[in-house]
Amino acid sequence: MSTPLALNRITDLLMNDSKAKVLSKNETRSRTPLIFERHSRNHAEWLPALEGHEETYLKSIPQDFLRKKEANLPSVSELEVVRHFTGLSQKNFSVDVNFYPLGSCTMKYNPKCLDAIASLSSFSLIHPYQEESLAQGALKILFEMQEYLSEITGMDEFTLQPAAGAHGELCGLLIAGAYHRARGSKKTKVLIPDSAHGTNPATAALCGYEVVTVKSNAKGLVDFDDLKSKLDSGVACLMMTNPNTLGLFEEDILEIAKAVHAVDGLVYYDGANMNALLGICRPGDMGFDIVHMNLHKTFAVPHGSGGPGSGPVGVKKHLIPFLPSPRVLKQKEKFLFEKQAPQSIGKLRSFYGNFGAIIRSYAYIKALGKEGLRAVSENAIINANYLRVRLKKMYDVPYDGICMHEFVMAATRQKKKGVRALDIAKRLLDYGVHAPTVYFPLIVEEAMMVEPTETESKETLDEFVQILEKIEKEIEQDPAIVLEAPHTTPVGRMDEVLAARQPNLRFKNS
Amino acid sequence: MQYISNTDNDKKVMLEAIGVSSFEDLVAKVPKSLRNFELRLPKGKSELELLSEMVEIGRENINFHDYASYLGAGNYDHFVPTVVNALAHRGEFITSYTPYQGEASQGTLQSIYEFQSLICELTAMDYSNASMYDGASGLAEAALLALRSTGRKKIVVPVTIHPEYRTVVKTYTSCLDVEIVEIPMAADGVLDFEILKKSIDENTAAVLVQHPNFFGLLEDVRAIGEEAHKAGALFIACVNPISLGILEPPGEYGADIAVGEGQPLGNPTAFGGPHFGFFTVKEDFLRKMPGRIAGMTVDKVGRRSFVLTLQAREQHIRREKATSNICTNHSLCALKGAIYLSLLGKEGLKKLALLNLKNAHQTYDALLKLKGVREFSRRPFFNEFVLHLEKDAGNLKASLEANKILGPLALNAFYPKQAGAYLFAVTENRTPSDQQRLLEAISAS
Ligand SMILES: Cc1ncc(COP(=O)(O)O)c(C=O)c1O
Repeated sequence: MSTPLALNRITDLLMNDSKAKVLSKNETRSRTPLIFERHSRNHAEWLPALEGHEETYLKSIPQDFLRKKEANLPSVSELEVVRHFTGLSQKNFSVDVNFYPLGSCTMKYNPKCLDAIASLSSFSLIHPYQEESLAQGALKILFEMQEYLSEITGMDEFTLQPAAGAHGELCGLLIAGAYHRARGSKKTKVLIPDSAHGTNPATAALCGYEVVTVKSNAKGLVDFDDLKSKLDSGVACLMMTNPNTLGLFEEDILEIAKAVHAVDGLVYYDGANMNALLGICRPGDMGFDIVHMNLHKTFAVPHGSGGPGSGPVGVKKHLIPFLPSPRVLKQKEKFLFEKQAPQSIGKLRSFYGNFGAIIRSYAYIKALGKEGLRAVSENAIINANYLRVRLKKMYDVPYDGICMHEFVMAATRQKKKGVRALDIAKRLLDYGVHAPTVYFPLIVEEAMMVEPTETESKETLDEFVQILEKIEKEIEQDPAIVLEAPHTTPVGRMDEVLAARQPNLRFKNS
Repeated sequence: MQYISNTDNDKKVMLEAIGVSSFEDLVAKVPKSLRNFELRLPKGKSELELLSEMVEIGRENINFHDYASYLGAGNYDHFVPTVVNALAHRGEFITSYTPYQGEASQGTLQSIYEFQSLICELTAMDYSNASMYDGASGLAEAALLALRSTGRKKIVVPVTIHPEYRTVVKTYTSCLDVEIVEIPMAADGVLDFEILKKSIDENTAAVLVQHPNFFGLLEDVRAIGEEAHKAGALFIACVNPISLGILEPPGEYGADIAVGEGQPLGNPTAFGGPHFGFFTVKEDFLRKMPGRIAGMTVDKVGRRSFVLTLQAREQHIRREKATSNICTNHSLCALKGAIYLSLLGKEGLKKLALLNLKNAHQTYDALLKLKGVREFSRRPFFNEFVLHLEKDAGNLKASLEANKILGPLALNAFYPKQAGAYLFAVTENRTPSDQQRLLEAISAS
């Protein structure tokens, strides 16, 4: 359907039937036509004009290789493109606009100056294959970042190649595999706690390992006895998150690492929760052999509607030869790429890593310095505990006690009244707050994982508590308003079954 | 510099509310032995100091405004219209995350749906996912899909594919029981078709091809695809998106999976990342695709809306049974790609491809007239080509630098036997005066 002059509000009034309007309390947000449904005769001219003889060069290519049917791209003016994507952006919740306590994701404020730095032409308009001598600034940043991360985590060396946390996990397990193979040991299993993030088992499987699940104990920590019963010489690696996904510090970590090492296994640190530990303690000192960082969580790379992030991997000495290649070295005040790495696992992606993300984290670490980094974790922990204590009157906290940078509460009391975590999550949207992570970790029923981050103020946290109190009253007095939520977002709850049964995954011009 | 909102007094009040007397009480569970260290890092800086220091570091890099770039090999100096960043860098896009709460993420979800649609139009494939990390990891995931889908153990990889991409495929499969069969290059710079035919058998899961290949040359894709299909193997094409303005798209020549590097679509090179990989399939492989997919549906009152769908493939639902481990992807880079393609439009895409074709061929013709410049292949090419330069490498490098030229890329870094061969990329950004300087630099060396 075409809506040529589509001002969003006009379209809304045209498109929505009256029933929808009764439910939609906020009519200012509305349907945006697809870019394909917009039409204008004049499409933007940002390329120089053709001179007329260009088509003659097509003769150098045999007909068989040429495109016969034009790609059906939209044909719209620059203004329409601007209005279209601006309109879409306004339908998003984001850290810049909303409190976003999405547990495990560390949705902190990302300083704007980092965007400006990454956008400088001296960093954005440089080619990965330009001569080392013409890219000393970029190489210096990569080299120093390897050093900074080694220092912060207590590891010996870092690669900056992985593009995200899961990519870091892949890197780490491939390193573990190469290490065991080089020693001639046959290892087939990876141990993973039942509270772990889905990427941990998915990565282990991707590398051909059998996944063995380790139970959590009554305190929400890795059950050491269960772990010991599953440890044998076939274990390549234990993957752990610390603090774990319940936001709890794994107190037995030193003994756990020792036990895994005793069967010649390696211990892998999923660094998604490093925002709790900056300047407080270091995974390297806990006995971890391999760690990944999520620069898009701890080190202020904005989450970009889903990415890009960056997932650098650090290792201890014995694993350095297996790191992906090339690493950046410093020799006589010059920076250069390592030329040979015979035992390296190879490469996980083209070039050297998400430089545009890494540079943000590099500048962030420089801006904060050592005191600033520690202040991050202190405030993240204080904010989380403050919320936990204030909310536990309303919500069950199954593994209660002091938490680190996040905590998991359960909507079990609410469920007895017929309202689930999902409903509360949706109702929060009506109040302009992004929902916490729900139904994860899997070991908590009706889980709501709350991570306020260090950048939020006490006022915001107090408001969040007040909103949840209000929702609590609604559950008592008018549960329908919660069960039917959200009401103020551009659309209400969606038919996911329809989406999966009759997939409509692209526009087709019919 | 710190970005913390709470004052010391706020913290005091909060610690009291928590019921502890100091922050130290909150980390009492951390073993004492782990607490004995101090970070050896510099002191923090103000924004003013930080910016001036970063600008200084940046001076140690030559950028595309300083020198004219003839470097390609997967990353290209294409023009990015101002609108792309003006829109993609809006806070609402840049500071939101994966659209798990669909009602609060309709902007991201619709833009992913549009991205998928645009990429399908470009490639003439049936379905696209929401993005991969880059072209190389996308190619590796395509190989994994083929292994899963066929239950076979062999991947056929011509050496005419980008050497880094080949390494990534090897690395991704290094812990699996998989055989990688390399196909050598024929004398004219494309894969050796006779050896390819002999190398494909009933245990071949997939044949991979890059088109145009690493040397910029067109591979005989249709014939290669037919060979793969005869043996029941999947045919996987890795393509340059801009080339599809004039070249036949992979969906038309029989590719089962088509992937590629999205950097040319509105993303700066940024020393190699972040960009995005696109990943497309034919209908049969939809439910085996890695990564996120957005779909159109209706909300409870029938309004058109967008949602993450077919999630039963993904790690957060399926854990060790997922089709991939990917979680965070390269959404913002893909959004830039969608905005770029929207700005380009039908006519723009073809025009852009023609400008690249023309510039590359003009430069090629002019270079070939110079003394000491020799042909590498007579095969057709798009915007990249290889030439032999009978020059002293050191002199050549010095002369290029003196004339403010970045590139071309010496092939011997990746192909030791190809000493003296250089890969040139020529985009719409290269001007006649750039070309003049390039010719002078090469003549003078
Ligand atoms: C605990 C944990 N591990 C791993 C990951 C995977 O990281 P990424 O999304 O960057 O791949 C995440 C986040 O998504 C996480 O929360």
